[in-house]
Amino acid sequence: MGFDARDVVRISATPDVPQPTRQLDKVAKLIDVSKCIGCKACQSACIEWNDTKPAVEDNVGTYENPHDLTPEMFTLMRFSEWVNPETDNLEWLIRKDGCMHCEDPGCLKACPAPGAIVQYSNGIVDFIHENCIGCGYCVTGCPFDIPRISKVDHRSYKCTLCSDRVAVGQGPACAKACPTQAIVFGTKDDMIAHANSRVEDLKSRGYDQAGIYDPPGVGGTHVFYVLHHADKPSIYSNLPDNPRISPIVEGWKGVTKTAGMAVMGIAAAGAALAGFFMRPNRVDEHDEVEAEELVEAEDHSRRES
Amino acid sequence: MSSLGPTFGRGAMTNSWTDIKNTDLVIVMGGNAAEAHPCGFKWVTEAKAHRGAKLIVVDPRYNRTASVSDFYAPIRPGSDIAFLMGVIRWCIENDKVQWDYVKNFTNASYLIKDEFGWSDGLFTGYDEEKRDYDKASWDYKIGDDGFAQVDTTLQDPRCVWNLLKAHVDVYTPEFVERICGTPKDKFLHICEMIGECSTPTKTMTSMYALGWTQHSKGSQNIRGMAMLQLILGNIGVRGGGMNALRGHSNIQGLTDIGLMSNLIPGYLNIPTEKETDWETYLSTRTFKPLRPNQTSYWQNYPNFMVSFMKAMWGDTATEENDWAYHYLPKLDVPNYDILRMFELMKHGQINYYFCQGFNPLLSFPNRGKVTDALSKLKMLVVMDPLETETAHFWENHGIHNDVDTASIQTEVLELPTTCFAEDEGALVNSGRWLQWHWPGATPPGEAKHDTWIMAQIWTRVRQLYLDEGGVFPDPIVNLNWEYADPGDPKADELAREMNGRALGTVYDPADPTKVLADPGKQLSSFGQLRADGSTMAGCWIYTGSWTEDGNMMARRDNNDPDSTGAYQNWAFSWPANRRILYNRASCDLQGKPWDPSRKLIEWTGEKWEGYDVPDIAPTAKPEDVGPFIMNPEGASRLFTRGMMRDGPFPIHMEPFESPIANVFNPKIKGNPVARVFADDAEDFATSEEFPLVATSYRLTEHFHYWTKHNPVNATLQPQFFVEISEELAAERGISLGGRVRVWSKRGEVWAKAVVTKRIRPLTVDGKTVHVVGIPLHWGFMGAAKKGFGPNSLTPFVGDANVETPEFKAFLVNIEPAAEEPVA
Amino acid sequence: MPRPLYSEKGDHIESKAPVRVSRYRGITRLNHWVTACSLILLLLSGLALFHPSLFFLTGLFGGGQTTRWLHPFIGILLFFSFLLLFLQLWRLNLPKPEDATWVANIDEMVKGNEEKLPELGKYNAGQKFIFWAMSGLIVVLIVSGVMIWEQFFDGLVSIQTRRVAVLVHALAAVSIILVFILHVFAAIWTRGTISAMTRGSVTGGWAWKHHRKWLREVAERQKPAPSGTGPSGKEPAE
Ligand SMILES: Nc1nc2c(c(=O)[nH]1)N[C@H]1C(S)=C(S)[C@@H](COP(=O)(O)OP(=O)(O)OC[C@H]3O[C@@H](n4cnc5c(=O)[nH]c(N)nc54)[C@H](O)[C@@H]3O)O[C@H]1N2
Ligand SMILES: Nc1nc2c(c(=O)[nH]1)N[C@H]1C(S)=C(S)[C@@H](COP(=O)(O)OP(=O)(O)OC[C@H]3O[C@@H](n4cnc5c(=O)[nH]c(N)nc54)[C@H](O)[C@@H]3O)O[C@H]1N2
Ligand code: HEM
Ligand code: HEM
Ligand code: SF4
Ligand code: SF4
Ligand code: SF4
Ligand code: SF4
Ligand code: SF4
Ligand SMILES: [Mo]
Repeated sequence: MGFDARDVVRISATPDVPQPTRQLDKVAKLIDVSKCIGCKACQSACIEWNDTKPAVEDNVGTYENPHDLTPEMFTLMRFSEWVNPETDNLEWLIRKDGCMHCEDPGCLKACPAPGAIVQYSNGIVDFIHENCIGCGYCVTGCPFDIPRISKVDHRSYKCTLCSDRVAVGQGPACAKACPTQAIVFGTKDDMIAHANSRVEDLKSRGYDQAGIYDPPGVGGTHVFYVLHHADKPSIYSNLPDNPRISPIVEGWKGVTKTAGMAVMGIAAAGAALAGFFMRPNRVDEHDEVEAEELVEAEDHSRRES
Repeated sequence: MSSLGPTFGRGAMTNSWTDIKNTDLVIVMGGNAAEAHPCGFKWVTEAKAHRGAKLIVVDPRYNRTASVSDFYAPIRPGSDIAFLMGVIRWCIENDKVQWDYVKNFTNASYLIKDEFGWSDGLFTGYDEEKRDYDKASWDYKIGDDGFAQVDTTLQDPRCVWNLLKAHVDVYTPEFVERICGTPKDKFLHICEMIGECSTPTKTMTSMYALGWTQHSKGSQNIRGMAMLQLILGNIGVRGGGMNALRGHSNIQGLTDIGLMSNLIPGYLNIPTEKETDWETYLSTRTFKPLRPNQTSYWQNYPNFMVSFMKAMWGDTATEENDWAYHYLPKLDVPNYDILRMFELMKHGQINYYFCQGFNPLLSFPNRGKVTDALSKLKMLVVMDPLETETAHFWENHGIHNDVDTASIQTEVLELPTTCFAEDEGALVNSGRWLQWHWPGATPPGEAKHDTWIMAQIWTRVRQLYLDEGGVFPDPIVNLNWEYADPGDPKADELAREMNGRALGTVYDPADPTKVLADPGKQLSSFGQLRADGSTMAGCWIYTGSWTEDGNMMARRDNNDPDSTGAYQNWAFSWPANRRILYNRASCDLQGKPWDPSRKLIEWTGEKWEGYDVPDIAPTAKPEDVGPFIMNPEGASRLFTRGMMRDGPFPIHMEPFESPIANVFNPKIKGNPVARVFADDAEDFATSEEFPLVATSYRLTEHFHYWTKHNPVNATLQPQFFVEISEELAAERGISLGGRVRVWSKRGEVWAKAVVTKRIRPLTVDGKTVHVVGIPLHWGFMGAAKKGFGPNSLTPFVGDANVETPEFKAFLVNIEPAAEEPVA
Repeated sequence: MPRPLYSEKGDHIESKAPVRVSRYRGITRLNHWVTACSLILLLLSGLALFHPSLFFLTGLFGGGQTTRWLHPFIGILLFFSFLLLFLQLWRLNLPKPEDATWVANIDEMVKGNEEKLPELGKYNAGQKFIFWAMSGLIVVLIVSGVMIWEQFFDGLVSIQTRRVAVLVHALAAVSIILVFILHVFAAIWTRGTISAMTRGSVTGGWAWKHHRKWLREVAERQKPAPSGTGPSGKEPAE
């Protein structure tokens, strides 16, 4: 499963990336929400592995700590208390939030800095911090509200899918720490097969709408979920029902850029050419004389009055 | 553990963690396994994912375990006995009983003395003055042959089964709903799920911990489930069992090696002051069989005890001096449990206190009392890797520790120790596995291993006794201390000593020419222990853990033939590397597995064989010898005779602080035989003043009071909070994340409010009862925000049998509080 | 004295032979050039982010990180600088009836038949358009710019709004760049204009040709010339 810089298939702000000669197996991290007990072992493993230092915040009345993803907290357990209208039973839906590693990553699309975001042929989307300029466009581009810009070094951070571990044939730290194997990692095909068997189990327990959340709107993701209520992703702390790169972002990074460059280029070139070749609008001697006369005349009339 | 012992014979988790994957139904009641045992909980997940097992959670709160359950029902803290007796009643009424098991492997058919009975919530023999029972009538009718009388047809009205039927009769579903607040339909649904496991081919496993133990009748809660499991035939089988989930990673080891004030390693007893000589001491322990042919394994008590004495005093312990029996301290009270110690301390009767790996200021009830007690000490020595609150109890931390430092004269010494990650040794998990571990880091700064510190102290104390004499220096100066470096005994030396070795030649009793062990050799099983002084063993149940073949605890072979979950070659499981206790009960009377697909062992016609070490003599005939070999009956006990202080059957009792009166008898407060110290009796509140039921518990993000010193854990759960229902919040004007004051008759705390749907008001005996949930992980030291735990509020009273404090049900009040002034 | 209709009070005849008419005070010129410089820096720094092919422009600012933090601050500078300019200039940039005729016959301008167009005050409709376009776009840019200013205003608006804002910002930036090109082109094409912003004055002929009403008004209120020739160097007393 090892990989390296040669396996990059997309680079932010870099058109025409030379495609690698080999295609790695697509990898995926499956998060089985129905198995997750919300223990946050994954969160602490992530902190430990990435050596981040999230702040000790206040309790604001929930189990979510920190209260949001931060540049120091790449993954976060989100807890929502949902009363199932069909059974009137409470369900405590606990979802591990973090980068989904989209097949078609909105962050990468939006990023203006060449090489700040790369995607490998195994699907991992990684931020290369030394190239990041901290503009926050990835935040704008991401359909899942994932990247966070550090106030300290002004670079964007998110889950790396432990690319540094995967590169040497290890699974992500969070998957390793998960006591219930709610997080599993492997090739995407294997994970889909595993997820299907999980869905079957859930259906046998009466979760008729159990399913896989691998949203096609972003070309599928390399972190994906098994949900007991796949028909209602948004009950899981606002997981987008139908995520896709926003059309506004598409428009901004697409037609606006091309058309904008064209228009500005044409205007600038046109102006330059016109400046060279067009007859300038000159003032001639006659105009100067007229002016002198006018001033002189006015001067006279004043003195007389 | 003092309910599994009286029921099955041994006070330990019957199965192993890995075995849980074999179950069909998990009931987590009286615990929160996902939260407190997340790694062990993996086996529940396995059972669910691969066997289609179902998970039931019964808890006052919809907790993290409930979040992955198939069925959840709420229950009022402190009312579990009613629930469990209700399930037993339902099973009997609906014939959900594994009859062959009940008839053959329990004492259902034993006849009980005619004088025994119960009324008004009390059993016969109650003495209100002494707060104790005269238990003489709680016993079998003994026949002329010296054996207990039985009626295998279960017709005799005095047989245990019929008494049990009568006893549980009042616990109807309506009664359960009235006492527990559990909706009747949910209760009945659970009964049905449980009832399915009465067939020989379906099993249920019970996973519990403090939700049951931390009550003044904690042992009886557990008894309730133990009895239910027997009725369903779920003890000794794969995927069944009473799985007592232990706490600290080595708390099982702690009880095993006798760190209780009344125990000697291996569950032997410290003598009482009435047992003045060896003879008397042994006479009440070497149980003779109560039925023909039974093993009654405690007949071997002298072998274990003499081997222990030889380990302690070596050559000084001789047959002539009764193995130095007079060296042993004798108890004047049943035990010197921690509550009693703090009571004595508070009354100035303790001068020096060694506090090793213990933070009582936060972990023991009624912090005000604990602070008073510590303030009376002359000297407090704290051995701990961290700066604990206990070591700093004299420091004023504003509201978080509002003491008058100047008035406290206690001298405090902090001795920095290593922690488990920095030393070598074995940890014993809940499933009785002794797993050897190696240091993961070097100790920082001046930290020293606990053994080093203790050895250093001991060598100096011994020298003082040698130099200056003393009233009775013998037990100290003669203590066996054969370590290469007396100032620093090593883990392997201690482990080998606990395993035991031959001092003389050990012969096979069946064939006295056969040598089992030569002098100086490590022993391989406790069957080799002798009462003649030819063997020594520090802890007989650990014999076999470090044999001539080496350290069995360090084994890491995860082969598991046929995926039974036994993992025979992984570490060492006491006793005798047995993975499932009472495993002979996994077979029918003829020795054939109840469920062939879950075979554990089997009678081949000549001997017992299978995946596990048989929990019976390998050649004991199935029809003759019962599976519960530790019990003189050979059977397990639905009726525990006089072995428990508060009754042979569990009976519903209210907590000492309860929102309602005991419905059987309003005069009974709490457990009628629990010990209450005079000062503390005054401190119990009534529900008029304190209408809310509080319970306390842990969160996955923290381990007690240590992880708040770690920034990572502190981040994940930064600040003390309490959990309340949306209804209570609305009633009291408390907002989500707002600050509240919670107070009991004993103290007050300030916390953030987590307002949640996961706690719902209950209707109990016609009243609305609100539950306040109080997690326990905060204090005034460490990296997390300063806070409190529940123990500023909790009552100072324990379980009648083992003195586990009543942390899980007490009364409080709550109100919104102003935000904390920024200091 | 009533407000002049086609000129600022300070506009005056600096010299008579040849005629030079003062158009902008020194402070106004400084203001203009500060504005101009900020816009150019914004344009360069903004375009660096606008398209990968222009990312190299970040090199001008010492790299991507500096470009990123500098750009909005220059934006703020531009905004306030332009605001000052705006306060000084808005009155004479208000549309006048003759502007419509001028626009309708704009082709005569290109053909060089400016005499066919109506006489104008200080600004023609084209200049006015540039003025108002810049004013409007700068407001749009500052508002949208703040919304996407990650470093200080990251939580200010929702991400959805931010998406709109960044698009608007980009569109406004392109627009203002077009306006800017037009402005510079016009200033150069119309020879003699640049000196208005460099020296502060234009020749009489330039004024006669392009802004005759303005010239008339300025000439009308000229003071008796002091003895000797050349600019007095002093502002007229009020
Ligand atoms: N993360 C973490 N894990 C730990 C520990 C830790 O501090 N942190 N501590 C370890 C230790 S020492 C121990 S002893 C174990 C304890 O493990 P557990 O006993 O599982 O832990 P608790 O959280 O104390 O209590 C369990 C549950 O009991 C419920 N409860 C309270 N009262 C009642 C009642 O009357 N009836 C019923 N049915 N349920 C009730 C509570 O709501 C809670 O959900 O955990 C161990 N594991
Ligand atoms: N209200 C309420 N109170 C409770 C409970 C509850 O559920 N509710 N639960 C109770 C239970 S089950 C328990 S177990 C107790 C726990 O109570 P304590 O045992 O008092 O609490 P810990 O924080 O685990 O304290 C253990 C100390 O051991 C130290 N330590 C760790 N390793 C070593 C070592 O190798 N050597 C030495 N010398 N020290 C070491 C740690 O730093 C820590 O300070 O709390 C009890 N209190
Ligand atoms: C290299 C760049 C620029 C050059 C050469 C330039 C040149 C000029 C000149 C010569 C004038 C005087 C025109 C006149 O008085 O008729 C002028 C006026 C003006 N310029 Fe610029 N300019 C430049 C950039 C800018 C920029 C970036 C802005 C605004 C953001 C700007 C705003 C103005 C305004 C508002 C006026 C006054 C005209 C009016 O009010 O209509 N200029 N400029
Ligand atoms: C007026 C105040 C302005 C503010 C506060 C502002 C702020 C910003 C910010 C925050 C960005 C995002 C990138 C970054 O952080 O650097 C940005 C991008 C940009 N700005 Fe501005 N800006 C302002 C004015 C301008 C002006 C006047 C121009 C044009 C000349 C301009 C052109 C651009 C361009 C082209 C981008 C890149 C947009 C893209 O990549 O689609 N900005 N601006
Ligand atoms: S902040 Fe995001 S979009 Fe901007 S350069 Fe860094 S990675 Fe790219
Ligand atoms: S989830 Fe967001 S940050 Fe992650 S790859 Fe997709 S677009 Fe990028
Ligand atoms: S994959 Fe790695 S970086 Fe991502 S959440 Fe897991 S531990 Fe953190
Ligand atoms: S470690 Fe696993 S079970 Fe625990 S919170 Fe994370 S995903 Fe859930
Ligand atoms: S002590 Fe550690 S390994 Fe054991 S259950 Fe708790 S978290 Fe898991
Ligand atoms: Mo514990």
